[in-house]
Amino acid sequence: MTEELLKVVDINKTFAGVWALRGVSLTINRGEILCLVGENGSGKSTLIKIICGVYQQDSGEIYINGKQYKNLQPIDAIREGIQVIFQDFSLFPNLTVAENIALNHELARGKSFVNWRDINEIARQALDRIGVDLPLNATVDEMSVANKQLIAISRAMLLNARLVIMDEPTTALTQKEVEALFRVVKSLQEAGVSILFVSHKLNEVQAIAERVIIVRNGSKVLDTAAGELTQHKIAYYMTGHEVTSSTYDYQPQANGQESLLSVHNLTRTGSFEDISFNLKAGEILGVTGLLGSGRTELALALFGIKPADSGDIIIKGQPVRIRNIQDAIRHNIGYVPEDRLTEGLFLLQSITNNIVVRTLKDILNQFGLFSSSDKSKQARRWVDSLHIKTSDPQLPVSSLSGGNQQRVVIAKWLASMPHILILNGPTVGVDIGSKSEIHEVIRELARNGMGIIVISDDIPELTQVCNRILLLRRGRLYEEFVVSEIDEVTLNNKLLEIVI
Amino acid sequence: MTRSRVQQQDADTPQETKISPMQFIARAMSSDSTVIRLSVIVVLLFIGFSIARPDAFPTTRNMQSMAFQGSEIGILAIGVGVTMLTGGIDLSITAMANLTAIVAASVLSAIGTDVSPEQAQLAVVVALGAATFVGLLCGMFNGFLVAYVGIPPILATLGTLTLFQGIGTVITEGQAVYGIPEYTFIGTSQIGVVPIPFIIFLVVAGIVGLILSSTRYGFETYMLGTNPVAARFSGINSRRVLMLTYTMSGVLAAIAGAIILGRTNAIRIDFGQSYILLTIMIAVLGGINPMGGSGRVIGVVLAVIAIQFLSTGMNMMLFQSSGANFFKEAAWGMLLLLVLLIDYTTVRYRNRRRLGGSGKTKA
Amino acid sequence: MNWKSFFARQEVILAIAIIVLSLLIGLSNPAFFSLPNVFRILRSTIVIGIFSMGVLMVLVSGGIDVSFPAIAAFSMYATILIISDTGIDSIPFAFAVSAAVGVGLGLINSVLIAVFRLPTLIVTLGTLSLVRGVLLFYVGSRRIRISEVAPNLSEMTRANLLSVQAPGGGVANLHITFAILVVIVIVVWFILRYTMFGRALYAMGGDREAAKRVGFRVVRTQFVLYALVGLIAGIAGMVHCILSREADPFSIVGIELDVIAAVVLGGASIMGGRGTVIGTLLGVLLITIISSSLLLVGISSEWQRFVIGALIIIGTAIPVLQAKWNQRRLQVVMQEQST
Repeated sequence: MTEELLKVVDINKTFAGVWALRGVSLTINRGEILCLVGENGSGKSTLIKIICGVYQQDSGEIYINGKQYKNLQPIDAIREGIQVIFQDFSLFPNLTVAENIALNHELARGKSFVNWRDINEIARQALDRIGVDLPLNATVDEMSVANKQLIAISRAMLLNARLVIMDEPTTALTQKEVEALFRVVKSLQEAGVSILFVSHKLNEVQAIAERVIIVRNGSKVLDTAAGELTQHKIAYYMTGHEVTSSTYDYQPQANGQESLLSVHNLTRTGSFEDISFNLKAGEILGVTGLLGSGRTELALALFGIKPADSGDIIIKGQPVRIRNIQDAIRHNIGYVPEDRLTEGLFLLQSITNNIVVRTLKDILNQFGLFSSSDKSKQARRWVDSLHIKTSDPQLPVSSLSGGNQQRVVIAKWLASMPHILILNGPTVGVDIGSKSEIHEVIRELARNGMGIIVISDDIPELTQVCNRILLLRRGRLYEEFVVSEIDEVTLNNKLLEIVI
Repeated sequence: MTRSRVQQQDADTPQETKISPMQFIARAMSSDSTVIRLSVIVVLLFIGFSIARPDAFPTTRNMQSMAFQGSEIGILAIGVGVTMLTGGIDLSITAMANLTAIVAASVLSAIGTDVSPEQAQLAVVVALGAATFVGLLCGMFNGFLVAYVGIPPILATLGTLTLFQGIGTVITEGQAVYGIPEYTFIGTSQIGVVPIPFIIFLVVAGIVGLILSSTRYGFETYMLGTNPVAARFSGINSRRVLMLTYTMSGVLAAIAGAIILGRTNAIRIDFGQSYILLTIMIAVLGGINPMGGSGRVIGVVLAVIAIQFLSTGMNMMLFQSSGANFFKEAAWGMLLLLVLLIDYTTVRYRNRRRLGGSGKTKA
Repeated sequence: MNWKSFFARQEVILAIAIIVLSLLIGLSNPAFFSLPNVFRILRSTIVIGIFSMGVLMVLVSGGIDVSFPAIAAFSMYATILIISDTGIDSIPFAFAVSAAVGVGLGLINSVLIAVFRLPTLIVTLGTLSLVRGVLLFYVGSRRIRISEVAPNLSEMTRANLLSVQAPGGGVANLHITFAILVVIVIVVWFILRYTMFGRALYAMGGDREAAKRVGFRVVRTQFVLYALVGLIAGIAGMVHCILSREADPFSIVGIELDVIAAVVLGGASIMGGRGTVIGTLLGVLLITIISSSLLLVGISSEWQRFVIGALIIIGTAIPVLQAKWNQRRLQVVMQEQST
C-alpha cells in the first residue's frame, strides 16, 4: 500500500487537433487536500475527466493505487474509489434523500429488488459518517443547495471513495455552509480520503488546500504547498502575466448630480429587507455579500423578475413600480444574468439573432417588417464595437468561447441603450484576458453616462471596477464603502466579519 | 446559484474552435437543407408516379383534385407547425376546424334555403364570420391555458380537444347538419385552372411565412421556442407571443373548417378526427422541429405537396378499395418514423439534444 | 402529520372529488348507490384501468405513449384469427398469444425510442398509425363474434367474479376480468415500488443524465418498458374483446385520451418522475364515474365529452397552480434554512 493514491505521468490530450493537455504529470497522496486552479480552457476539466475515466488520454500513464490503467473506464475509476461530484450533483429532485444516497449503492451491488428498510439504513449510516442529519423521506427538490451537496458527498462516500473530486463546490454556498463543508472535508481527510477541489476562488483555495496545482493552456505550471502562495502569485501563474489592476475613477457627470436610481426601504419577504441606496449616472455600484445575503434577489427585484413587496423605487426623480420584466425594460433597466447559457443566450440561434433580440423594433418598416440585411447590419455594429471574435455572425452563438458569449449578452443589452445596467457575475466562466476587457467595457459605459450595478463575489473585480460597494448581510444592508477609501484586504476582512 | 450543466461542458471544449468548411456549410444551410431535400422528394415523386400511371397522374384534372384535397390539411399543418415552433403543440386544431365548420353549418341551416340570392350570399358571409369568431375564441382559450395558467400545451390542448368535441356534440346532438345551401361554390370552384381552396392555402402560407420571417412577433416566436427562459430575461413578452400563436392556430383552423365545409353538404362531429396525426406528421416532415425554435412554412407547403402526391399516387397504384385508406394510414406511420430516423441522425438534431433542448416537451 | 400538505396531495384532492361527486349524483338519483350500478361502474373501469397502468409507467419514465390502443386492437384481433384458424380454444392460450403479439409490437416502440432516442410522442403517433393501418389493411376488418369461433372463450364472457343478489331485486354481477385488472395493478405497483426497474423509471423521469451517471441502465430499461406496455396492451385488448363478446378492430378507438387524462389527473406529471398507482386508479374511477353517470342525473350523453374535457383542463391546472404557489413558499423556507 503506497502512499500514492493516484499518479498520472505525461498526459497528452487533443480534441480535433487542438491541445487540451500537454505533458501533465500529477501525484495525489493519501489523505491530501489539493486544489486544482485554472481558467476556463486551461484544461482542468479535461484532466478531471481523464482521471475519472470519462475521457481517455492520447498518451501518458495512469496509476491508481499502484496499478497501471492503460484504458481507464468510469467503472474502473469508481471501483478504485475515485468519485467526482459535478456542479449539478446528479441528484434526482423527485426522489427522496434516502433514495438518492443509497440507490446507486444498491445498484452497484447488483440488486434487482428494493428493500426500503435497507435503503433507509444505508442512507442513515452514510449521513452519520459525515456528521449530517437530514430527513430521509423528504424529496430532494425541497432541499437547499448546501444540503444537496452534502447528499452528493455522502453518496460518494458510500461507494468507498478514496479520492473525492469536487468541481467548484462552494459556488452556491453561504459562508456558514462553506465552513460546514470544510469541516466535512477535514473529517474525510482524517478517514484517509483524499480530496481534490477545483476552484477559482483564490481565498478559499488558501483556506482549505494543502497543495495547489495550477494549470494554464493545457500545461501544469505550478505544483506547490499552499502556504507558499499569495493570491497575487496564484493569479500570475493562472494568467501568465501580471494582472494589471486598474480602478475606476468616478467623475461626476455634468448633469449627473441628481440620482439616476434611488431606492428606499425596499423589501421582499424572504429575500431582503429595508434596502436603501442611490445610484448616479456614471457610477458603478458594486453589490456583494455572501450567498443568501440577498444580493442577487435585489437585482432580480430591480429587473422585475421577483419584484419587491414594499419600498420605493425612484428613477430620475419619478417614482416607479416594477412588477415584472416589462416594467423594468420600460424604465430602461437592463440585466445581464449570472447564468448566461440558460438565461442569457439562445444557444442554437445565430450570433446576430442573439444580439438583435431586444432591438428588432428599431428596424421595422412602416408595415412592421424587417429585412435580414438590416438585421445583420445592426448586429455587425456590435460585433465590431465589442470585439466579438467570430468568423461569421450567422454562426450559432454556441460556437463562441465563454468570454465572447458574455460579450454577446452585453451587446444585446447595450443595443437597447438602457440607462441603468445591472450585471450579475459578469465575468464568471470567462478567461482572464476577456475579463479585463469586459471590465474596460463596463467602465467605458459608465463614463458615457450609464448607471451600472455590478453584483459579484469576486473582490478584486469589485475593487477594480466599482467606485462604491454595498455589502449585504442576511438580506440587509450592512455597510457601504467608497472604493477609493478602502483596499482589497480590508474588504476581505469585512466579509469574514459578517460570518459571526 | 448553480450553474447550468452545459456551462461545464463548455469549459472543456477548446475555445475558438476552427469550423471546418463542411460544418460551416451544414450549419448555414441547416433549415435550407430541409427545403432542398423536400423539393427533391416532390420532384422524384412526381416523376415516379407520372411514369407509373402516365394516363392518370400528370393530368390537369388530377392536379386539381390533389390541390383541392391538400389545401385543408395544409392549412391545419401550418397551424400546428406554428405552435410547435414555440416548443408546444396544438392537438385541438382539427377539433377546432370541425367545430367552426359545425357552427357555420348550423348558422346556414338555420337561415335556410328559402331566401333570395343576395340574402344567401349575406348568409354565407355571416356564417363564415361566426365560424372565424369561434375559431378565434377557441384559439384564445388555448392561449389562455398555455400562456396564463401555465398548463403544458400537450395537456391543455388534449383537454380542449375533448372540450371542443363536446361542444360540437352538444350543438349537433350527435346528428349531421344538413342543408347547407349555395356555399359549396367556394369548395368546388376555381379561378382559371387553379382551385380556390388551393389559392387560399397559398395565400395563408404566404402570409404566415411572411409573419414568421419578417415580423417582430415571428422572430420572437423562434427565440421563445429556442430558449423560453432567455426569452423572458430578454424582455420578450412570452405570454403575448404564446397567446398570438395559439389564437392564430384557431383562426387557421376556422379557415380550414370553412374549406372542409365547402366541399360537403353535411357535417358530423367526428369528421376529420384522425387528421391530427397527419397534420403533425406533415409539420414534422416539413422541417418543423418538435422541440421548437426552427422550421419554415415553405417546408410545410412542400411536405403537403409531397404527401398529396404520395397519397394520390398510392391510390392509383392499388386500385380503389376501402383497404386503400388503411394502407395509407400504415404508410403515414411508416413515413413519419422514417423521417424521424433520418432527421435525428443528422447533425442538427443531435446538436439540439446535446445542448439540452428542454427535451421535456415530449413532442 | 402536516395537514396542509396532506390535503394538497393530488390523490387526496381526487378522492375528495370522487366522494363529493358520488354524493351529488347519488342525491340526484339514489340508483347510483345500488350494487348493480357500482358493479357496472367497476366493469367500465377494467379496460381503461389496465391500460392506465402501462401509461403510468411510461409517463413516470418521462415519455408518453399513444399507440397502445392500436397495439391492443391488433393483438386481440390477431389472436382471435389464430384461434379461429387453428381451433385452439383455450383461455390461457388466448391471453398468452395476445400478450406476445403486444410485446412484439411494443418492441417497435422500444427500438425507436430506446435505441434511436427519438421523441416519444411523435414516435408513438407513428406506430399508432402504422399498427392500425396494417391491422385494418392486411389482417382484416371483419367483426368476429366470439361465440362463433371459440366456445370456451365464449363461456368466459359470461363468467362472473361475484354474483350478488341485489336488495332491490335483480342480480349484480362483477365480471371475472376484474380480477385481471386487480392482478395487473398489484404487479405494476410492486414493480414501481419494490424493484430497481421501477426506481429506474422514476430516476429517468427525474433526470435522465443523472440516471445514467448513477449507474442505471437507461437504454435497457426503456427498451423493456415499451415492450412491457405492449404486453399490457395485449392483455387489455383481449379483455376488451371478452367484455364486448366480439373482436372488432375498430372498437378501441379514441380511448387513448381518456387513459392519458386519467393518469394525468391521478397526479402523474407529464414531465416525468412522478405518479402513483393509487392516484391513477382514482383518476380512472373519476373519469369512469362521470362517463357512466351522466345519464343517471339526467344529463344527456352528448355532454360527456364536454365534461371530460373540462375535467382534464381543471385537473391539469391544479398541479400547475399549486406548483407556482409552492415555489414562493419554498423560497421563504430556503431563506430561513440558510440563516
